[in-house]
Amino acid sequence: MTSSAAPRHASAASSLPAPASSSSAVTRALMTALPYVVLILFTLPILLLYVWLTYSSFFTRMEGLWPTGSFTLENWRFLWAPESVEQLRNKPPIIPLTINTLVFSLATTAVVLLISSMAGYALSRLNFPGRRAFLGSVLLLHSFPSVTLLIATFIVLRRLGLYDQLLGVILVKAAFELPLGIWIMKGFFDTVPWELEMAALVDGAGRITTWWRIVMPLVRPGLLALGLLAFVSGWNEFLLPFVFMPSGSQATLSLLVRSLLGEGRFVDYGVLTAVGLYYVLPILILFLFAQEQLMRIYGGGVKG
Amino acid sequence: MNRYSTAIFFMTPALLMVAAFFVAPVVITLGMSLTDMATTTGLSNWQWSGLDNYQRMVRGSFTLLILGNTIFYVVVTLAFNVVMGLGIALLSSHVEPHAGGLFRAIWLLPRISPSVVYALMWTWAAAAPPYGVINQLVEPFGVEGRYWINSDPWLIVFLINGFVGASFGMLIFTSAIKSIPEELFRAARVDGANAWQIARRITLPLLRWPILFVLTYQTMSLFASYEYILLTTNGGPGLYMTEVWSLWAFHTALSSYFGNLEFGYGAALAAVLVVMGLLVSFVLLRIFRFNDLVSDPRIEIT
Repeated sequence: MTSSAAPRHASAASSLPAPASSSSAVTRALMTALPYVVLILFTLPILLLYVWLTYSSFFTRMEGLWPTGSFTLENWRFLWAPESVEQLRNKPPIIPLTINTLVFSLATTAVVLLISSMAGYALSRLNFPGRRAFLGSVLLLHSFPSVTLLIATFIVLRRLGLYDQLLGVILVKAAFELPLGIWIMKGFFDTVPWELEMAALVDGAGRITTWWRIVMPLVRPGLLALGLLAFVSGWNEFLLPFVFMPSGSQATLSLLVRSLLGEGRFVDYGVLTAVGLYYVLPILILFLFAQEQLMRIYGGGVKG
Repeated sequence: MNRYSTAIFFMTPALLMVAAFFVAPVVITLGMSLTDMATTTGLSNWQWSGLDNYQRMVRGSFTLLILGNTIFYVVVTLAFNVVMGLGIALLSSHVEPHAGGLFRAIWLLPRISPSVVYALMWTWAAAAPPYGVINQLVEPFGVEGRYWINSDPWLIVFLINGFVGASFGMLIFTSAIKSIPEELFRAARVDGANAWQIARRITLPLLRWPILFVLTYQTMSLFASYEYILLTTNGGPGLYMTEVWSLWAFHTALSSYFGNLEFGYGAALAAVLVVMGLLVSFVLLRIFRFNDLVSDPRIEIT
């Protein structure tokens, strides 16, 4: 070290390990551990929530994080003996609700994937009037909070005769996912080399055939990423079915959990947490396998 | 055959969806805000009422309270989101990569979980003694046990929204940090800089654009968001205690305590947010070059 070191260098130099000094070795170990300690402390609340959810569904009684009752599978009996669960007596049965939720999220995903790939392809490949304007408005809508439109969407659904129907909610949900979907798919189509398509077109295949047969298989990673996002988002959706399907014949699991939660403030949390865990489990399993894709897409960083 | 028939084929579904569920609702929101449409008038017997709804909004005795609530909610949650998101991003990129990825994955859990289940977990965490987890955690420090949703509703609102919201910044900041050339860090270490100095002098200045982007984007989404408040305090426990603007519009038009749904007035309340949303989105699009930032956070190396 030279004596002309700037002040910030001087302070850094003093923290450099001095040989054979045990106290500085301790300091270094502490400095390595510190980020972990801070991370664990801040992350702990989230972990505790999920640990409690799991625990509580397997015990007769919990006080905070500690089970005060015995281990039991009773909370889960809605799976094999739903009619014996008092809390669920006046509710729609859980298996049809699960099927509704699955239909809702799969249909939303299908609509989003199809419409996004069609529009994304056109925006990536075709020249037509209004292309730039549409691209601009897709981007604009991407950051626009669509939840502010719910009141007016109610009127639109009434007019279309789709109010209080699963199909109507599917269309609204798909529409809200479209701006992101179109943008992602356009990005993926942009990376597909022109030559392949040209060859097919020269061979006399039509545009639509070329799109479906040649180009679509090449953007499979994009379809997978967007599909995952749309599925998770559809599976979790609460507000849209809550507002647009009041009669509940085609209700989804989120509505069941919400109605249990609404009346459940001072009653048995065992059943409620079991139903909640049952509802979130498919998503957690999906997350385990597709963590990388989901992290990337939630960060908005999906690139073609 | 029209030379644009292929384009028409590919674009029609998307155009119809955008027309039906974005363009029409924006127009309807603005139009409806000028009517007296409500449960009492039905959807056909309403009348134009000019700016009545807007006058009522300005004069309303709860307007200032709710506006104050909204700003309080947005500012505190935003601060939590950005500071926490930045902290987790910096720390998790600093530690061993696998461990860092694990922490980020845990932070993403609330975002990928159904809102009702996430709200269920917080409702229980905030429950009265002897049940609530929060009570168990704070009692050793001498804090008296309580039913937090009633006693400290804002705290619960901030926590439930903050622990979801922080992951957005976390992901954006993490990918921005990852795209900083490794040589910059190496050079700094060779010069003897410690981790804090590197974060303060190199990483943070380079994160200027991503931070600005997250601030703008989340301000808008927070103004429009009410799902978690609806599921926990529902604007209570007292009259309009934690009611925010977007929840107010929702309650007025779609889920009234009083049975009479006032579509026109609710639309006027929503119109404020719609116009604001369009303006902010436009700003994001033009000034921040939204997509550049989202797909590839902009980093200036000077």
